Amino acid sequence: MTRDDPGAPPRTTLGPTPLKDAAFREAVGAVEWEVDARYAWDTGVAVGEFLRGLRRGVILARECRQCRRILVPPRMFCEQCFRPTDRWLEVEDTGTVNTFSICHIRWDMVPLDEPELPAVIEIDGASPGIGFMHKLGEVAPDDISIGMTVEAVWKPEEDRQGSILDIRYFRPREAKLRTG
Amino acid sequence: MGQRVAVVGAGMTRFVRRAQETGKELSWQAAKAALDSAEMTLDDIDCVAMGTAPDAFDGVHMKGEYLSDGAGAWGKPYFRTYVGGGTGVFVTIQGWYQVASGMFDTCLVVAEEKMSSTQPHAQGAFITIFDSILERPLGPNLLWIFALEMNRYMSVHGLDKRDIAQVAVKNKRNAADHPAALLGQADITVEDVLDSEVLAWPVQRLDVSPVSDGAVAVVLAAEHVAKRITDKPVWVDGVGWHLDTAYWTNRDLYYPRYVEYAARMAYDMAGIREPRKEINIAEPYDPFDYKELHHLEGLQLFDKGKAPEAMKDGVLNRDGDLPSTPSGGLLGVGNPIAAAGLMKIAELYWQLSGQAGKRQVPGDPRKGVAQAWGDLMQVGTVVVMGR
Repeated sequence: MTRDDPGAPPRTTLGPTPLKDAAFREAVGAVEWEVDARYAWDTGVAVGEFLRGLRRGVILARECRQCRRILVPPRMFCEQCFRPTDRWLEVEDTGTVNTFSICHIRWDMVPLDEPELPAVIEIDGASPGIGFMHKLGEVAPDDISIGMTVEAVWKPEEDRQGSILDIRYFRPREAKLRTG
Repeated sequence: MGQRVAVVGAGMTRFVRRAQETGKELSWQAAKAALDSAEMTLDDIDCVAMGTAPDAFDGVHMKGEYLSDGAGAWGKPYFRTYVGGGTGVFVTIQGWYQVASGMFDTCLVVAEEKMSSTQPHAQGAFITIFDSILERPLGPNLLWIFALEMNRYMSVHGLDKRDIAQVAVKNKRNAADHPAALLGQADITVEDVLDSEVLAWPVQRLDVSPVSDGAVAVVLAAEHVAKRITDKPVWVDGVGWHLDTAYWTNRDLYYPRYVEYAARMAYDMAGIREPRKEINIAEPYDPFDYKELHHLEGLQLFDKGKAPEAMKDGVLNRDGDLPSTPSGGLLGVGNPIAAAGLMKIAELYWQLSGQAGKRQVPGDPRKGVAQAWGDLMQVGTVVVMGR
């Protein structure tokens, strides 16, 4: 037991013993272990249909007729009205940047050569403020702004697999106009 | 409601990058320190509440059971609770229930986290929070959601990054007076924060709290027991919690509505009608500097978008009108997740009982609010404490 500072609690800090990573690696008996647990997830009913829509190049939403929300990602129940949603509808493959980041590191803090551009896209045709996360592309990081209008850039039809990655990214709508 | 409940003791380990001690040993250290501070032994404890993060951090299935011996749970009613970053405050609420309900007269509340075990980085466990079908294929990392939320918060209100960075400066300076702190730094400046490496714009390295190992414990007691133990009990006046939808891309991240609902629940229970006048100290959850400001707004202590101005004007300093995170918080003391939240409860106990030493907020504070947050920008947990 050490008394670090009689003036400020915690007056007794019993530890712990800090270890530098190198000291930890050399410590007697430290064990490394890899969990061998793999998973295979079902898509679910709603997202399964959404993915089939992506494969044919459309974004599908579900509508709740009680609260009148048009929902993406779609769900078979409305979490607010707590009743089944009512119908499928196709919404646009365009939208608005709700928020974005310019990310320079990988998940394990390793620096990236090119920044990634994650964003939340509000989808046209869905209710205001409703959308999903994806990435931006064909845009310089400094040119991105919240409120920017964007459009999906799809993989070629033959490469689509029924995945969120069937949309490669969203790009500024002006880009299409520029390139004709 | 039922029995009145007080905090009568608190203890914690230092927060470090990597502890030689196991989670069980860290729990023991914190639990023993809390019991010692109340001059109690395990015989005086009726039940034990444990808060700790996902089993995936430790690679130990049913980690609550694994930790139980260190937490003092041998032969006692025991349970473990987990709501992400909100856990440290939530486990206090869960412990409060046991005593307030009249089921027990004392509860030892312990929160532990050992994040260093996850290789190569605790992020490997964190990223499993993203939707497995629609989000994980994009290769996300946890910083994304904070960066997306911070950018939205800044853009909606037109905020200056400099005002937000001041929170990191304040908390790391406050932590310089905390004997358990990992990142206390008395001489840090706002330029240090603004010049630090950009991780995921607008998030820079010094905007973020460090992954850490550590544990904290507090002792809760019913009124008739508390008055025998101490002449300075600090009462749990109100508790609140709330969860927003997991469809996080369907709501506006600029404002934590779930914190507001949790705060209103806690203030109502505590009989607080005007939190801006009645709350003397805030310990909002600060894993990132902007989060402290965001949460102060959710806690109804500032109008939406106005907390950064308060930071700039010195209101949130230890000697300001509303001292915020006088402990040094997650940014300064460290962020062993569940333990960091319970550290905020411990700090209010020390502050409101006048024991906070160098960190003592002047002006004889009477009421404080502690808050934690977690999951997908989703859960708010709030405790109001007072003399």
